[in-house]
Amino acid sequence: MKMVQVIALLFACLPASQAREIKFNRDVRPILSNHCFACHGPDEKQRKAKLRLDRKEDLFGEREPTLLVAGKPEQSELYLRITHGDPEERMPPRKFPKPLTSPQVNTIKKWIEQGAKWEDHWAYTAPIRPPVPKAGKDLDPIDQFVLARLAPANLSPALATDPRTLVRRLHLDLIGLPPKPDVTEAFVTNPSTVAYTQLVDDLLASPHFGERLAVPWLDLVRYADSVGYQKDRLRDCWLYRDYLIRSFNENKPYDRFVIEQLAGDLLEGDPLEQRSWLIASGFNRMNQTTSEGGAQAKEYVAKYAADRVRNTAAIFLGSTMGCAECHDHKYDPFTMKDFYSFAAFFADVKERGVGYPEHTAMPTYADLDQWADLEDQLKGLREKTKDTVLQEEKDALNKRIAELKESITKISNSKKWPKTLVTLNAKPRTVRMLPRGNWLDETGPVMSPSVPAFLGKLNLGDRRATRLDLARWIASRDNPLTARVFVNRIWKQFFGKGLARDLDDLGSQGERPTHPKLLDWLAVEFMENGWDVKNLIRQIVLSEAYRRSSNHPSSIDLDPENRLLARQASFRLEAEFIRDNALAISGLLVPKIGGRSVKPYQPANYWFRLYNSGKYVQDKGDELYRRGLYTLWRRSFWHPSLQAFDAPAREECVAERPISNTPQQALVLLNDPTYVEAARIFAERIIGAHAKDLERLDLAFRLALARPPTKEEIGVLQNLLEKERAIYAENEKDAHAFLKTGEKPADANLNPVELAAWTSLARVILNLHETITRN
Amino acid sequence: MDLPSPGDPQLARNHHQELILMEPLQQSVCRRSFLGQTAAGLGSLAFGSMLQAEQSSTQALLPTTAKAKRIIFLYMAGGPSHLESFDYKPVLAERNGQPMPDSFTKGQPIAQLQGKKLTCRGPYFKFNRHGQSGQQMSEVFQHIPKIADDICIIRSMYTEAINHDPAHTFMNSGTTISGRPAMGSWFLYGLGSETRNLPGFVVLTSTGGGQNQPISARQWHSGFLPGRFQGSPFHSTGDPVLYVKNPAGVSRQSQGNVIDASQALNQIRAGQVKDPAINTRLRQYELAFRMQTSVPDLMDVSTEPKHILDLYGTKGADGSFAGNCLLARRLAERGVRFIQLYHRGWDHHGGIENGMRATTKLVDQGSAALIQDLKQRGMLDDTLVVWAGEFGRTPMAQGSGRDHHIKAFSLWMAGGGIKGGLTYGETDDFGYNAAVDRVSVHDLHATMLHLTGLDHEKLTFRYRGRDFRLTDVKGRVIRKTLA
Repeated sequence: MKMVQVIALLFACLPASQAREIKFNRDVRPILSNHCFACHGPDEKQRKAKLRLDRKEDLFGEREPTLLVAGKPEQSELYLRITHGDPEERMPPRKFPKPLTSPQVNTIKKWIEQGAKWEDHWAYTAPIRPPVPKAGKDLDPIDQFVLARLAPANLSPALATDPRTLVRRLHLDLIGLPPKPDVTEAFVTNPSTVAYTQLVDDLLASPHFGERLAVPWLDLVRYADSVGYQKDRLRDCWLYRDYLIRSFNENKPYDRFVIEQLAGDLLEGDPLEQRSWLIASGFNRMNQTTSEGGAQAKEYVAKYAADRVRNTAAIFLGSTMGCAECHDHKYDPFTMKDFYSFAAFFADVKERGVGYPEHTAMPTYADLDQWADLEDQLKGLREKTKDTVLQEEKDALNKRIAELKESITKISNSKKWPKTLVTLNAKPRTVRMLPRGNWLDETGPVMSPSVPAFLGKLNLGDRRATRLDLARWIASRDNPLTARVFVNRIWKQFFGKGLARDLDDLGSQGERPTHPKLLDWLAVEFMENGWDVKNLIRQIVLSEAYRRSSNHPSSIDLDPENRLLARQASFRLEAEFIRDNALAISGLLVPKIGGRSVKPYQPANYWFRLYNSGKYVQDKGDELYRRGLYTLWRRSFWHPSLQAFDAPAREECVAERPISNTPQQALVLLNDPTYVEAARIFAERIIGAHAKDLERLDLAFRLALARPPTKEEIGVLQNLLEKERAIYAENEKDAHAFLKTGEKPADANLNPVELAAWTSLARVILNLHETITRN
Repeated sequence: MDLPSPGDPQLARNHHQELILMEPLQQSVCRRSFLGQTAAGLGSLAFGSMLQAEQSSTQALLPTTAKAKRIIFLYMAGGPSHLESFDYKPVLAERNGQPMPDSFTKGQPIAQLQGKKLTCRGPYFKFNRHGQSGQQMSEVFQHIPKIADDICIIRSMYTEAINHDPAHTFMNSGTTISGRPAMGSWFLYGLGSETRNLPGFVVLTSTGGGQNQPISARQWHSGFLPGRFQGSPFHSTGDPVLYVKNPAGVSRQSQGNVIDASQALNQIRAGQVKDPAINTRLRQYELAFRMQTSVPDLMDVSTEPKHILDLYGTKGADGSFAGNCLLARRLAERGVRFIQLYHRGWDHHGGIENGMRATTKLVDQGSAALIQDLKQRGMLDDTLVVWAGEFGRTPMAQGSGRDHHIKAFSLWMAGGGIKGGLTYGETDDFGYNAAVDRVSVHDLHATMLHLTGLDHEKLTFRYRGRDFRLTDVKGRVIRKTLA
């Protein structure tokens, strides 16, 4: 039955189905892009027969014989050539490794028959607010768009999920931590819309929200605590991470957020705020650098420039501009000239081609806050002195002013500040177009900064464009990509997949969105609401689509990839949150926000492949129990527990981590001291709370899974307890050894055999698929 | 409906990626639809191997043209001098001490010799002919000459990156841009794994004899390929595989109890919700539990007879290159697909004469023993062994050493469909440029893939809208080196 349904669905979506209207963007462009653009696309050097199929003016322009005659495939050269009887004449050529299938040929035929209507590439024209469909009664716009797609597909949406799953989902999505049992129970008792909305608002206001949102951003910008190449020396830029957390928590408008990172050093304003902007501009210094002996500065300056173009375009524009380093892009209209003109924006970033990167002292945010507060107080007192007549009062005020001044002197002493990477602007270097990307070749023309030609133009007169101009252009309402790219990535955080599946390629080869209108609606709404990130997220999590069950067998069979959003998604937590979750469940988590990167347990000699065996000095005390995003990130050997769960090296922009399922993950959860110690503390927590086995089991489940255990589950765990009690009663020495894992001493008041047995049970719970999965 | 058409490679790709998480039944449905849909684009070979790794019937799906079933890459990190190993240059010897002709070096990338006077430096060692084939090797080798008739020496290699880190990245992934899959990951992706108890791509590292340049985990990372194709670094101290040992005080029985209970609970869950990832996780825990015995079993060489230990010149798995060569054979026997042994000791900027002696002493016997041992077990025929560094060294002196050099270097290959006793390619009289039958790193990759039955142009993976290959847009099979 299942198979029959699947096959039925496959047939239902065949492009050849008669009633279907063929759309250029949805149906035809992907075929042309993948099979034709390599020789008939944007890359001028590779172009054959002077024919371009990626632009309207070429496809429909004057040409002999005529490429397209609307309604008449048999008179259209395009169709004739892909169906030519002579294999030598037929396109694509035989030696090209991507031949067309007959359904694809048929699609093109139908498209011509239906009038060969052109559409501009969806992502390269500014989004316009689409009308909200009326698919149901009393629905939010998001749900109207989703339902409008579901109805014709004969898929009924899953039911709303149960309150326990929902409360856990919302916590993991918004703050990356599990709900506390009392919060869960309060919501279960009253799962009203009002209560849910309140919960959403509470979590959006949590200081952990910024930590949760920072994690994907750190992947995008390739944040790391080391330089990357060769010796991979450590560097400091954790203040930039603090900036991210703070910005998300303050709900900084996204356009402002973009500008501060790209050009914070060029902004003018309040001197204290300026320091924060400088910290933000550390963004431009996230690239890998080298200090390898024998490396030539010129080569590496070229590498860093290319790195910035590739990654900046990926981060903000969801574009694969990096392809245009050596030749014009094969699929999208980026030219080599665009690539090097874009590089020229960054020519003023002060840096060494070869050598350890220069750091700059900057105050921490705690200092900045205090400093601002002192300045305010000082201002207030100064005002007050003007109105004061009594000498005594005057003296008192002056004394207080002197004290404040001293405090300000202290706090503004840059010698006490930590160092971080910031952008310091210098006279722009000369940037040349490098033929075939070859840095030794100096014959290319000198490039001045400009944005990709097909996306627009900066109107600045004779003035040289700056990074600030670039930043403003990216963060502008006219930029067709910026809002779509960001909104799509946020959507992914709450549904497991983007509306456009390729989070880092909204170009011609990227998959078209499953719900293009919804994406555009969200993007326009986002911009019109002042690029308000929390509001965007609030709209998403308040939708019915978000609150649906992920367990919906009928749609899993019919739409395994959930393109129609009949259900919620179920996916494994990301690396950092697996750690955070275990620490929070056990009660070990130290929830301090921000600060220096920390060094938790790491296998001995893990760094032995580095110079001088890369000595790792593990932290002590609280720093061992901080959230995963604070773990020191060394690019050559990033933490193996995070790596096992697909955390990337942070050398290049990563918009979406793969989700793998490997034996190494099992070994981490079973044997990494982090998880063994967390299990013991978790055991102490439940033993301490209740005297009876059943009550303890109940609490353990509520802490880890936000639900009570079932009878069957209790049976399995009671059985385990008995076995483990017997094992450790027989080998008490083992129990003592087992309880010594981790630096936190075991509770000496507890019977070691009992604690060891419960620790085994806690290990089981921390290893469960359900524990590391968000449903 | 706005679903992509079944002929759309996008759909194929997504199925491909999500298959990992699917149950056997669903796999078979998808497989059918996949194979029916895509004639081109994504290699169906690669697809077959995805199933293969999940199922036990691995052999049946190997490409029929495969000569080599597994690869052992002996990676001579740091850049061994071709002029002191396999590429004899009498003219350079004659020119010893004279200025290096400008015509060679002008406008060429240079590393530490930037701005220095460039002087020819003749080979430090005598060269002799060995075996029936009469292959030339320097006198610094005592053991590799014994396998002269088994190996094919390529003297016309060249590469693109002149500093260690990017050159390693280029040798391993075919590009200097970070974030692309390592070659071992590509092989695993293309061929699947033959072992159910060990990772399919294993990396071992040893040091000594010269500067120990660092090696980054990037060199065996799976990049944008799924994480299960990543190389597993083995360690000679501590846990051989990270986290493979039980926590202190946890017996095998207790560990088993914990795993059993968590599997039982996962199974209960699988009955309640439809989530194929649960079944995959069940299998991964089984594999992890098996690895906890199979890894110590692999590392325990006490069962190896004395004459074998003597052949390699090692006392066992002690972290030395020779010890790692022995482990490589044991890994090969157990079905590991790609085994990479780094020896970090070839960066001889100074004191190259003694340096070559020192490093060779650590590497020579183990390399030869591995070939001999594989041969006597009948495994050399289907095991491809590659012995190579990331680049060569300058014909110009750098004091008493030589600088990095990318325009020419030497390597050798053996077994797995390679023609033994052959010297392929030539450099010019100075050993500066690869001159005759030039071989790029992409050509090397294409040839290696070909020997395992994979077409380097068809083994692709779609990422960011592009079908990526190990050989990028280049590479050709070096047919004359094939048996």
